[in-house]
Formats: sequence, structure tokens, C-alpha cells
Amino acid sequence: MSGLAIEREILIEAPVDVVWRTITQPDQVSQWFADRVDLVVKPGARGYMEFGDQGGPVVVEDVDPPTRFSFRWNHPRGEDPVVGNSMLVEFTLTPEGAERTRLRVVESGHELRDWDDAEKQRYADEHQGGWADFLDRLTVLVAKHRSG
Amino acid sequence: MTALTDDELWSAIADPSRRQVLDLLVSNGGVSASWLAGRVPFSRQAVAKHLVVLEQAGFISRRKQGREVLYQVEADRLDQAARAMAELAARWDRRLAAIKRLAEAAHAENRKTENWKAENSERGEHHDGENG
Repeated sequence: MSGLAIEREILIEAPVDVVWRTITQPDQVSQWFADRVDLVVKPGARGYMEFGDQGGPVVVEDVDPPTRFSFRWNHPRGEDPVVGNSMLVEFTLTPEGAERTRLRVVESGHELRDWDDAEKQRYADEHQGGWADFLDRLTVLVAKHRSG
Repeated sequence: MTALTDDELWSAIADPSRRQVLDLLVSNGGVSASWLAGRVPFSRQAVAKHLVVLEQAGFISRRKQGREVLYQVEADRLDQAARAMAELAARWDRRLAAIKRLAEAAHAENRKTENWKAENSERGEHHDGENG
């Protein structure tokens, strides 16, 4: 995967199957994500998520219970979401013992298909430091630029 | 200045080479394309391409000084971008925190039901024992 990604994770004191249900059952999803959720958790299924007056189509990509679930969204209306015009949200669930789960979410977008391997490698290297790193650097530099 | 959509933001700075050009401009300001090309591991043409994208996104602007074209960052726009990206990350933190609350509450509820069932069946067995 290339492109810029936001990666966040959290440790949950619950078994992996409970966490899986929380992120995939529509009545649960509506409590942490959208106000209205129309989602069938099956690869290729088309759904819809609404947030207040905003909303949009969602297309499920991978479903591998209870450890992997991903979907694409934020693509232009009337277009099918594909690599390059949409954001990919990937959930990974990792059991840590019987009653604890690490949940990781990666949202990535606009994979740049014309990258050559050197660019991809550079991205991977840079990404080790992490996305937050770049953000911090940018913020500090902007502040410096302003005062300077 | 128009608000940046996530899409524009993403495509402008998704490319690491472009971020490198942006980093150099932020720390040095008012420099030419050839100055930049001397400090990055990619071609002058690539630098020119990145400058066009960054300028279109409003992250940088150009001015003429003598025969040279100098590029500088637009601090407000960059600040706006940094905030937008921090907000995206914060949104996921809030969602993950909500998932944690829901899952842990569901787990506690399940455990209560299981305990209740276990107690009841224990009581049942005990009862059977007395009778038998």
C-alpha cells in the first residue's frame, strides 16, 4: 500500500469476537460511527452511512472474521470506489489473551499508482517514523516560519 | 482561501517526495527550483512537477526576483492542512474510544449472563443431588 495513511490503535478489555461484533453489526456501528448505517458485512456489498446531513456510499472490501474488516468510502458520487478515488478503512483485530483485543485502524487514500519502487521504499522508510511524526514536524516548522 | 477537502489535502501531500520538497521550502523559504533540485535525490523535472501540484493546492506561491523565480510556503494554508490532518486522526481516536466502551460493556454484560447461568445450573445440580 502506498499513499498517506492515518494509523490508530487501542487496547480493549474484551474478547476478539465481542469487538468484531461491535465493529460489524449495524446496530452497534450506528453507536460509534454514523447515525444511520446500512451495511451488509460481505465483500463487495454496497452500503450507506449517514452523519447528520452528510452521508455517502460505502463498499465493503475484505471480511475475514474475527480479525479483518475493510471498506472504501469518500469516493465521488456516482462513481465506483476504486484505488485512487476513495479512502480505504481497514480494521485489524489481534487477540491478546482470551479477554483482550488490540484494535488497529488504518485509513489511507489516494494511492499513487505512478510511484516507482524507489519512491515506495522511501515512503515505507519514512513511514517507520510515522505519520504523526510528519505532522509534528510540519506544525513546528510552520510555527517557526511564522515567527521568523 | 477556500477550505481544503480531505481529498485535496491527501493528494497534495500523499507523495513523500512532495513532502520532502515542502519540508525544504518550510525550513528555507524563498528558494528556486534549481536550489531545491540540488538537495533532493530526484530529478529537476520531478521537482518542477511537485511545485506545480503544491502551488495548485495553495501550499506554496512564487515570486520573481530578477531573473529567478522563488518559491515560498503559504503558512496559513499549511497550518490549515496540519489541523485538518490532526482532526482526521482525532476523529478515529474518538471512534476507537467509543468502540472500546461498547465492546467492554457488551463483554461485562455477557459475563454477567454467563455467571447467572452457571450459578443457576450449580443450584440445579445441587438440588438434583438433594433429591437423588
